[in-house]
This record gives sequence, C-alpha cells and structure tokens, in this order.
Amino acid sequence: MDINTLRGIATILAFGAFIGVCWWVFGARRKQGFDEAANLPFADDAHELNSLQHDKGTENKQ
Amino acid sequence: MGNNPVATPQYEYGVVKQFTVMTVIWGIVGMAVGVLIASQLAWPALNFDLPWLTYSRLRPLHTNAVIFAFGGCALMATSLYVVQRTCQTTLFAPGLAKFVFWGWQLVILAAAITLPLGFTSSKEYAELEWPIDILIAVVWVAYAVVFFGTIAKRTTSHIYVANWFYGAFIVTVALLHIVNSLAMPVSLFKSYSVYSGAIDAMVQWWYGHNAVGFFLTAGFLGMMYYFVPKQAGRPVYSYRLSIVHFWALISIYMWAGPHHLHYSALPDWAQSLGMVFSLVLLAPSWGGMINGIMTLSGAWEKLRDDPVIRFLIVALSFYGMSTFEGPMMSIKTVNALSHNTDWTVGHVHSGALGWVAMISIGSIYALVPWLYGKKQMHNVGLVNTHFWLATIGTVLYIASMWVAGISQGLMWRAVNPEDGSLTYTFIESIKATYPYYIVRAAGGLVFLSGMFLMAYNVFKTMTTPVTSTNTAAQPA
Repeated sequence: MDINTLRGIATILAFGAFIGVCWWVFGARRKQGFDEAANLPFADDAHELNSLQHDKGTENKQ
Repeated sequence: MGNNPVATPQYEYGVVKQFTVMTVIWGIVGMAVGVLIASQLAWPALNFDLPWLTYSRLRPLHTNAVIFAFGGCALMATSLYVVQRTCQTTLFAPGLAKFVFWGWQLVILAAAITLPLGFTSSKEYAELEWPIDILIAVVWVAYAVVFFGTIAKRTTSHIYVANWFYGAFIVTVALLHIVNSLAMPVSLFKSYSVYSGAIDAMVQWWYGHNAVGFFLTAGFLGMMYYFVPKQAGRPVYSYRLSIVHFWALISIYMWAGPHHLHYSALPDWAQSLGMVFSLVLLAPSWGGMINGIMTLSGAWEKLRDDPVIRFLIVALSFYGMSTFEGPMMSIKTVNALSHNTDWTVGHVHSGALGWVAMISIGSIYALVPWLYGKKQMHNVGLVNTHFWLATIGTVLYIASMWVAGISQGLMWRAVNPEDGSLTYTFIESIKATYPYYIVRAAGGLVFLSGMFLMAYNVFKTMTTPVTSTNTAAQPA
C-alpha cells in the first residue's frame, strides 16, 4: 500500500474518532451522569464543616 | 447541610501539606535563581567569575527548579488532594506517598548540586545525568501507583475530569522521561544519548514540547478544573466541553514538537506537520480556557471580591494569550523571525509566570485554609497585593521580551541592498537588547517579591491558632 493512502486513512480515522467523542459526549442520555460528575468537587463539602467543628471540639476540651 | 454531616473518610493530608510548603519554598528558590541570571544578562559581572555561577550552569538550574521543583510540588500537592476529595476515599498506599515526597525532594537536591558543578546531559529540560534520571523514574512510578491506586479504590461512580487531566499528565511524563533519557553511561556522571543526529533532536523536542503540553498544561488544567469551580462555588461551565477538551488536547499535543526544529535538518514534511498540529491546538486550548472562565458566568462579582478567584481567572487569561501566541509562532514564516530571539523567552514566561505560576499560587491560596481548617488566608489583603505584584511582574517581563525579540529578529535579517551583506553585527543586536534585559530583570524581581508575601501569609495561616478564625468559620 502506498504510504500516502495510509496517511489519508489515518486522517479519516482521527477525524472519525473526534466526531465519535463529540457524538458520545452530547448524547442526551448522558446528561444526568455528567451533572453528577460536575458536582463531585462539592459532594463532600460536609467534610470541611466536620473538620471545622472538630477543631472547635478539641479547642473546647483544652 | 452542616446539621447533617455525612461520614467522610479521614483524608491523608500530611503529604499534601508537605508538598504545599515545598511549593512555596522551591518557588522562591527557583525564581530567585531566575532573577539572578536575568540580572547577569543585564550586568555580566554578576557571575563573579565563578564557574558555579555562570549563566550556562544556572540557567538549567532555574528551569529545573521552577518547572520540576515548584511546578512539580504544586502538581503533586493538588493532585493528591483532589484525587482523595473527588474520589471520596483515602490515599492508596500512604507509605508510598511519603516515599514520593522524600524521593522528589532528593531529586531536586541532586539537581541543585550537580547542575552548578557542570554535570549535564545537555538536553534542554532534561539536563540531569543518568543516576538522577533513574531516581526520577522510580519516584514517578511510585507517584503513579499512589494516584491511580486511589482512583481504583474510589467510592464515587464517576472519575472527575480533573483526575483525567492529572492522570494524563502522570502517564505521559513517565513515557516522555523514560524514552528521552535513554542513554549509555560512560561513568557515574557522564552518559551519551542512545539517539543521534536529527533523530536525537526530534526525540528531544517530542519530549520538550510534551513537557510543556503535559507537565505544564494538562497537569495545571487538572488543577484548574478543581480549584476554579470549588473556589467559585459552582460546577464547571460545561462538563461535556471538558471531555471534548481533554481528548482533543491530549491527542493533538503529541504531534506539535517539530515546531521547535523549523529550518533545521529535520525533514521538511515533519516541520510542516508540527506547524499544522500546533495551529489546530488553538481550538482545544481555547475551549478549555473558555470553559474555565465561563464557570464564573453569572457570578462575575467574585472576580472583584475574591483575590484568589482573580489569580485563577487571570491565569486562564494568560493561558489563552500564550496558547494564541504559540500557534502563531509555530507558523514557519513567523518562526523565521522569532526563532532564537528573546521573543521565545517572553512567550515561555507568559505561560510560565502568567499561567503555571498564577494558577498554582491561586490554588495554594485556596488550598492552605482548607488543609488547616481555616476560613480563609491569614491576610486576604496581602493576597491581593501579591496578585498585583505577580501581574505587573509578568507584564513587564513579557512586554520587554516582545520588543527585545522582535528587534533582534529584524536586526539579524536586515541586509544591505547593494551587496547583500548584513546590516548589523551580532554584538549590535545584543547592545540594542540591554535596556530590555534590565526591564525583564525588574519584572522578575517584582514577581519574586510577591512570593515572599505568599511565604509569610502561608506560614501565618498555618500557625495561627484556630480560635481566632473559628467564630467566623462557624457554619450557619
């Protein structure tokens, strides 16, 4: 096979992969999952409040 | 929410705190060396005629210290924090994490000793000799085990996008470092690369450009995707865009390296390929920048009220600026003007100071109070002062290097029309650059001075007893 045919095929495959990623990402079915994932930085906010209360607790004992 | 605390794991913060402190310390050291060598270019007598203080030996010390010591510690601190918090689990193999910290400090110490002594493999950004390279590889694999082990034992169903970027950074840097550092040792302190000629150059810049793409971009984008939403108190603008951003960025960056070798012995088609991929790279870079900045959409007042947000968003603006400038400079005709001039140095620092340092500084100002159970930094006004020092320092630096670089490029290519001889001698272009070298050194000094304020502020935040801030921190 001519090297340039291979290069052409590689370009089409890469473009297809990009379209594939976009198609997968923008599928309506995945919206809920992405919303959950996007909120992960806030999912354990209670931890910060716990640690603040914990600090206060130890301080009261002193 | 505060009335109903859920059971959260006892996160491993010890190693995060260690890396955070060392980020600030190595930042000061690396930038101070930068200011020294910038001053040497303006006033050459500042090398004091000592071989250990010559520009040629301190320049790699500066780059290694700011990239791998300052940047590396910032990435390790934040990644080991973010991966625990977003996976809601403790660190995998915390003992190994301690090894990563001490091993990495040993690498930095070894670099700080061997580079001034003149031991170098002479590969840019990979100057360290083979015994240190092996230590780096071992520490890095341990880091990967800790990071991916933590992801494997996560209690959440999703892997948050920040971890994808951190993960790509860790995997790719391992690959780049091992392939580029392959060498044949001839003694304990001397080795020769297994590659030769144009292939050696291509492997080196495949490494060099992807060190920019994965160490200085993907890693810090991971930081951005956690700290911008977290500090702004709202999820990222578009999670979908972040996924397209990730796959597009990592698949395109890999091919852009040849733009460092325009008009060299590298085959012409490889140069053009590097240029085209560099131009395409603008799209995912700006996609990511817009995603970060638009996270503040509807809450722009935070930009006015919170200096930490200001650090993060201005970092993204510099990121957008340098990722526009980069593709432009990769165009072969533009590169014919800019190559080997101080324009390149200015471009690198608009990324290094404006993007990498400012996103790290902003993230650490957010992180330190969280780690030490404080509501905010000890002195928020000082954070604001630091922000202005960092911004003014960066602008002085890059503006002076633009003028210097374009002057040099124009002077080097100027020819006398009558006989085709060069209009200027090389030394004339150096003479023309002097005033800009002084402005650049001043810009660097202004940026460095902000880091001292940061060190004081971080120290005070860590050591001030919780009592003083506790009433303010009490959840409503």
